[in-house]
Amino acid sequence: MRRPSWFNIVSLTFGFAFLYIPMIFLVIFSFNESKLVTVWGGFSTKWYGELMGNEAFLDAAWVTIKVAVISSSIATVLGTMAAFVLVRAGRFRGRTLFSGMIYAPLVMPEVITGLSLLLLFIAIGLDRGVVTIVLAHATFSMCYVSVVVSSRMASFDESLEEAALDLGCTAWDAFKSVTLPIIAPAVASGWLLAFTLSLDDLVIASFAAGPSSTTLPIKIYSSVRLGLSPEINALSSMMIGLVTIGVLVASITSKRAIQKQKRDELLAVQ
Amino acid sequence: MNLGRRLLITVPYAWLVVLFLIPFLIVLKIALSDYAISIPPYTPTLDVADGWGGFKEFWSKLDFENFVFLVEDSLYIKAYLSSFKIAAIATFLTLLVGFPFAYAIANAPEEWRPSLLMLVILPFWTSFLIRVYALIGIISNEGFLNQFLLWTGIIGEPLVIMNTNAAVYIGIVYTYLPFMVLPIYATLEKLDGSLLEAAQDLGCTRIGAFWSVTVHLAKPGVIAGCFLVFIPALGEFVIPSLLGGSRTLMIGKVLWEEFFSNRDWPVAAAVAVILLLVLIIPIVLFQRNDQKQREASK
Repeated sequence: MRRPSWFNIVSLTFGFAFLYIPMIFLVIFSFNESKLVTVWGGFSTKWYGELMGNEAFLDAAWVTIKVAVISSSIATVLGTMAAFVLVRAGRFRGRTLFSGMIYAPLVMPEVITGLSLLLLFIAIGLDRGVVTIVLAHATFSMCYVSVVVSSRMASFDESLEEAALDLGCTAWDAFKSVTLPIIAPAVASGWLLAFTLSLDDLVIASFAAGPSSTTLPIKIYSSVRLGLSPEINALSSMMIGLVTIGVLVASITSKRAIQKQKRDELLAVQ
Repeated sequence: MNLGRRLLITVPYAWLVVLFLIPFLIVLKIALSDYAISIPPYTPTLDVADGWGGFKEFWSKLDFENFVFLVEDSLYIKAYLSSFKIAAIATFLTLLVGFPFAYAIANAPEEWRPSLLMLVILPFWTSFLIRVYALIGIISNEGFLNQFLLWTGIIGEPLVIMNTNAAVYIGIVYTYLPFMVLPIYATLEKLDGSLLEAAQDLGCTRIGAFWSVTVHLAKPGVIAGCFLVFIPALGEFVIPSLLGGSRTLMIGKVLWEEFFSNRDWPVAAAVAVILLLVLIIPIVLFQRNDQKQREASK
C-alpha cells in the first residue's frame, strides 16, 4: 500500500470542504440570534420556534409530506412492476417504446416534464392540486424505482423461484415468499429515492400545483428569491438533518441485511 | 400469454403512455398552434368528435410559425448558445475539481473508501434547492467567502460573484460534483497499480505514466461523468434562476419565463421541443459510450 500522497490529501480536503462547508455554515447560522444571516449575533433557537408558528410553512410541509408518501408508494408499486417487465417479461409488442419511456424521464429536463404534464391536466380538465402533483411525482419517480429494482433483479437467480413453483407454490406465493424478500432492499431504497425526489422537487411541482396547494420547495423558492432568511436556514437545517438520519439508517440496515443474507447463503451451502 | 403477465405489462405501460407519452404529444401539438388571448391560451384544439373532418381542419391550422419566431428572434438563439456554453464550461470545471477528488478516493486506504464514497453521495440526497440556497450564503457579496477574503486582506473590497455567470458555474460544479466523481472513481478503482509501475520501468516519467496509463484508462469514466453533468446542466432552471443574474441566459429559465410570466404557451412549448431536439445528440452519444464500455467490460 502506497502512503497517501500530499496531492491526494489536499484533493480530499478541498473536495469535502467544498461539498460540506456551505451546508455546515447554513446549519450553524440557523441558530443565529441576529436577523442577518451572515453576521453572528449569539446563539438562539428562536427561528425554529418562529417556523413552528408559521401557518403557511406548516401547511406547505403537510402537503409536501402527503404528496411524498403517496406518490413514492405509487411509484414503488409501478416501478417494481416495470422492473419485472424489463427484466422478466421477455419479448412483447411495444417493448422498445416501453423501455424508452422508462429511461427518457431520467434525462428529460424537468421544465419539459412539468410543462407537458400541466398541458395534459388542462387538456383533460383536471383541477390542479395535490392529486396532480402526486400523479406527476409518481410518474417520474417510478422510472427511478424501476432502474434501481431492475438492477437488483438482474443479479437474481431465477431458479430459486422455479424451485418454489416446483415444490407446489402458486405464482403469487412464490413471489411473496421467495422473490419479494430478495428484492426487498432494492424496493425499499427505490421507495426512499422516490420519497426524497418528491420532497425535493421544485420545478415539476410548480407546474403541477394549483394556487391552493403549495409544497415546501415552492415556498422556499419564492422566499429565497427575496433573499436569505434565518427561517429558511432553520427549515433547511431540519430537512438536512432528517435526510442525513434517514440515509444513514437506511444504509446501515441494508448493510446488515446484506451481511445476514450472505451468512444465510453460506450456512445453506454448508 | 396468461392474465397475470398481461396485467403486469399493461398497468405500468398504460400509466406511462397517459402521463408521459401523451403529454409530450400535447406539447408538440401546442408548439404548432397559434397564440390566443384566452384560457388555455392557444388554438386550435383537436376535436375528436368531429372525426376525420375535424382532423383535417386541425391539420390545416398547424403551422411552424412559433419555430420561425424562435429562429427569427435572436434572444432564443442566444439562449440556446449560451446554455451550451455555460453547460460546457461548467462541465469542464466539474471535471477539474472531480478528477483529483475521485483519484484521491480511489487511492485512499481500502477500508476508508466506502465511507468516503458515502460522504460524496450524502449531499446528493439533500434537497437540490437547499444546497443552492446554502451556496448563496457563501458566495453572496456579504457572504462568508468575501468575509474571509476581506479578513485575510487578500482583497480590498468584496468580490461580486452572485448574479453573474461565475455563480452559475460554481452552482453547477457544487451540485453536480457527485455525478462526475462516481463514474471516474468506478474506472480508477479497477486500475491495476502494476501497470503504472510497468510504465515507469519502461522509462516513463511519473507524470508520463500517469498521463498514458491512469488518464487513458479513466477515459470512459471521464466521458460518462461529463455527459451526466452536461445533459442536466443544459436544461437547468433552479441554478440560473437563483444564482445567475438577469443577464444569465439559459434555456430552462427562458422556457419558465415564457410560460409563467409571458403566458405564451405555444412559444414555451416550441422552446421545449427544440431543447429536447438539442439534447438528443448528447444523449445518443452518451448511450453509445455506455454501450461500448459495457461491451469492453464483458
